[in-house]
Amino acid sequence: MTPFDPARWRPAPFLPRSDVRDGALTFVIAVLCFLACLTALGAVASDRAARGWTAQLAGSATVVVHPRPGETPDSAAARAAEALSSVAGVTEAAALEKEKAEALIAPWLDDPRVLADLPVPRLVTVELDRRAPASTEAMTAALKAQGLDATVDDHSSWMKEIKAAAGLTRWAAFGVFLLIAMATAAAIAFATRAGLAARRDIVEVLHLSGATDGFIARMFQVRFARMAALGGLAGAAGAAAFGATLRLIGGGEGLTPVLPVAWSDLSLTLACPIAAAGVAALAARRTAVALIGELT
Amino acid sequence: MSRNAETQGASDTAEEPILRFDQVSMRYGRQPEVLTDVSFALRPGSFHFVTGASGAGKSSLLKLIYLAAKPSSGLIHLFGEDLSRTPAARLPLLRRRIGVVFQDFRLLDHLSAFDNVAVPLRIASQRPSDYRADVAELLGWVGLKAKMQALPPTLAGGEKQRLAIARAVVARPDLLLADEPTGNVDHQMALRIYRLFVELNRLGTTVVIATHDQDLVARSGQPVMHLEGGRLSFPSAPRSRP
Repeated sequence: MTPFDPARWRPAPFLPRSDVRDGALTFVIAVLCFLACLTALGAVASDRAARGWTAQLAGSATVVVHPRPGETPDSAAARAAEALSSVAGVTEAAALEKEKAEALIAPWLDDPRVLADLPVPRLVTVELDRRAPASTEAMTAALKAQGLDATVDDHSSWMKEIKAAAGLTRWAAFGVFLLIAMATAAAIAFATRAGLAARRDIVEVLHLSGATDGFIARMFQVRFARMAALGGLAGAAGAAAFGATLRLIGGGEGLTPVLPVAWSDLSLTLACPIAAAGVAALAARRTAVALIGELT
Repeated sequence: MSRNAETQGASDTAEEPILRFDQVSMRYGRQPEVLTDVSFALRPGSFHFVTGASGAGKSSLLKLIYLAAKPSSGLIHLFGEDLSRTPAARLPLLRRRIGVVFQDFRLLDHLSAFDNVAVPLRIASQRPSDYRADVAELLGWVGLKAKMQALPPTLAGGEKQRLAIARAVVARPDLLLADEPTGNVDHQMALRIYRLFVELNRLGTTVVIATHDQDLVARSGQPVMHLEGGRLSFPSAPRSRP
């Protein structure tokens, strides 16, 4: 062993470089951050899905055409589609073929053969301008002007319920995210406190040697913020990998249209290490100051 | 000498006391008082022993002096400052002028002997190049030249004690406090440590030692402050210099 040369001595950090507790704390933070990031991705995806459902419903209408005596259903539907096409706020109107209209009813019948005896109404599907959709009144007036007996269904009767369900899904997802984020923050704060309390001896010695509260608090802030950032980074990377897998498995629309994950959503996970570091730094500072307060 | 006479005598001196207690009492939480109506004054460069049985209040008295506790009543003046009026932000600066040898040493186990001694100097923001040689010299002075790289858990009780003393004196404090500094060492080592304190005192440091060691106190001839049931008395007349 070479003799110690004071001239080459460099000060060692006041805090031990590594500790068994540090690894455990980093792991706990990583797991919690992983869960928080996953729920954040889920919340954003479900919000997107909810917006998609309501947008689809709001952008279309269905017209039921009742042919007048002496007029064929096909002719009546074609006239209705033509009349609707000229209404402002309608981008496209097309008569639904007889087979397609019957296919819509078939699942509700015990015996599909009775379809031949039923006066199946003809439908016209209408695509509305999303920015300035035509009103039901305007479409009804245009149909009446052409002498057509038709009923316009703008989906408003069940759109309300769909919107309510979509909103509930959205808020539930964000609520779960908030709960997990809060639980993560609390766990980081408690773990930081525990880690700091375990180093009370160092705090005491530095304090009684004349270190300022700020000096001691900063030292712990930096240590725990770095540890939380590492844990947060690991958790975020895991969640991003999981999100990317969902996106790849589902092709163009993500895993399913119900939970459409976009590539841009993965950038959300970047905030996790920063948030974790911030929470840990704050918890470390408050705990250190409280600990020092107990010393005098 | 009575307590009042001691206080009066100190205030009569031309030199400002380095430490003055005026009717100081202290209790922990709602517990009974551990110190009651304690008054005394220490002149700069003096040497005092604090004696008393276990639980008499010696450690509590030292805690008040090294600013690890606050009195429940009374006034403490340290380095000419009334501590009840001193802003909290200034207390660390006062602590840097006090060296403390704790009964349980309070060494940092993950730091080498050299690093432990350097703690007060680093906290005072001194540059390593300015104190490396001093720390090495001090460790040699306390007989730990060969153990500069050693971690405290690998040191014997007496070595830890000397290391704690080195840390307490390295920043050349104006006031040195030692709580049972000879409690864990043999008689020979106790005398050696005592001589070390006397040497520091000769260099101008005010020294206060709390001890059970009546033999050491008797041999030293230094003034004694005796605590019994939290009350202070002065069995021997204090002197300005040992």
